[in-house]
Amino acid sequence: MMIKKADIVIIGGGIQGCSIAYNLAKKGAKNIILLEKNTLASGATGRCGAGIRQQFGTKMNCILARESIKIFENLSQELEYDIELNQGGYLILAYTEKEVNQFKKNIALEQSLNIKARFITVEEAKEIVPPLNTEGILAATFCPTDGHANPFKTNFAYAEAAERLGVKIYTFTEVKEIETENHKIVAVNTDKGKVLTPIVVNAAGGYSGIIGKMVGVDIPVYSQRHQILITEPVNPLFRPMLMSFSRNFYCQQTPHGSIIMGFGDPNERKDGDIGSSWQFAQEMAQKMTAVLPLLKEVSMVRQWAGLYNVSPDAQPILGEHPQIGGFFMALGFSGHGFMLAPITSKLIAELILKERTSLPIDKLDIGRFERGELIHEPSVV
Amino acid sequence: MKDETIICRCEDVTWGEIRQALEKGYTTLNEIKRITRAGMGRCQGKTCQSILLREIAKYCNKKIEEVDVTTFRPPTKPVKLGTLAGDNDD
Repeated sequence: MMIKKADIVIIGGGIQGCSIAYNLAKKGAKNIILLEKNTLASGATGRCGAGIRQQFGTKMNCILARESIKIFENLSQELEYDIELNQGGYLILAYTEKEVNQFKKNIALEQSLNIKARFITVEEAKEIVPPLNTEGILAATFCPTDGHANPFKTNFAYAEAAERLGVKIYTFTEVKEIETENHKIVAVNTDKGKVLTPIVVNAAGGYSGIIGKMVGVDIPVYSQRHQILITEPVNPLFRPMLMSFSRNFYCQQTPHGSIIMGFGDPNERKDGDIGSSWQFAQEMAQKMTAVLPLLKEVSMVRQWAGLYNVSPDAQPILGEHPQIGGFFMALGFSGHGFMLAPITSKLIAELILKERTSLPIDKLDIGRFERGELIHEPSVV
Repeated sequence: MKDETIICRCEDVTWGEIRQALEKGYTTLNEIKRITRAGMGRCQGKTCQSILLREIAKYCNKKIEEVDVTTFRPPTKPVKLGTLAGDNDD
């Protein structure tokens, strides 16, 4: 049976919701419940590419990612669960002069923020990834402390740690309605009953716009399908995540041996569909066999899709809604939710508990779009 | 069944690992797949899914048809990336 009254209700059982629940409980907050309409990790987290990088083009994303990696590095211990963190680096390839110039700017920014990324030559890139076809590559950037972790395990690790601290998690429980009074949150109605609460956290990822409509606000995000495929496991071929913005791909071999790859198609559906298309598999195979010709002999075993929740400047929207008291948002991560969650969840927990945030995130509020203070991230796949 | 019995042959997942997930409260095929990798290997669960459904049903006192299956993901059998890319060498 569902409890009738809570201090904080979190909507969404992905990496955001579970890590926020954990961080709130760790700080001593009580009576927290988390609602998930399906199973934990059933949405974008369980469908993501699992990469973690610090190589961004805006100071905000660089700092958030750097602090997130610091937490990731000790997360298995903290949560008492092996999240399979593997820091094999990110190798980002420049195929155009424009990219070379952008990457030089990015590296200067990253190095000023103590991120260990560096600008490298094509020869160095080939040393890092021996099977790389260097045709057309002008230069690259490499950050050895980037990498990836197991998103399922990280999600379950946060959820189980939160439960040990008293958080109640209700799966297969769908939010139907949110009640407000005088522009303040008062209750959440679900298909399993009603819960009174003064605080709601919208961590619903691809469905966060729908949750926004339940309190009558228009959140400027859209959800777009992104597809991925994975191969059979093979012997270790290369360690880092390989990425290109202009050629539009990312590709990495996991410690398990399978190789995961995806790209962002600007014409992808925005209607919530998360089926797969053969066109994606074909184009993906063409892209990656050109970059890593030995992949021609490796077989794809599975393809799937998930939703990017995209904001107008490809940076997350964090904080309380100015018109609805008690309505907090952790959404619009634009494909970077998994990698940023360890730090953003801590910051959101601080905001909710009215503490001083350990990093300034007031510029990531929803008001930035009305003020015209977008901080556009140039380096996105 | 013994804990050492292999349930998913592609990913080397034992009954012991499945039993632990069930005992933690993960009683859907989707969760068990995500936690243990059972059904994520080369055969995509064609061998282990029926065993898993039977064991989940038994553990939850349900009928097999009441246990949800995972989403079918293409392709039906593994395809070389070279073939997909339109390589004519094969």
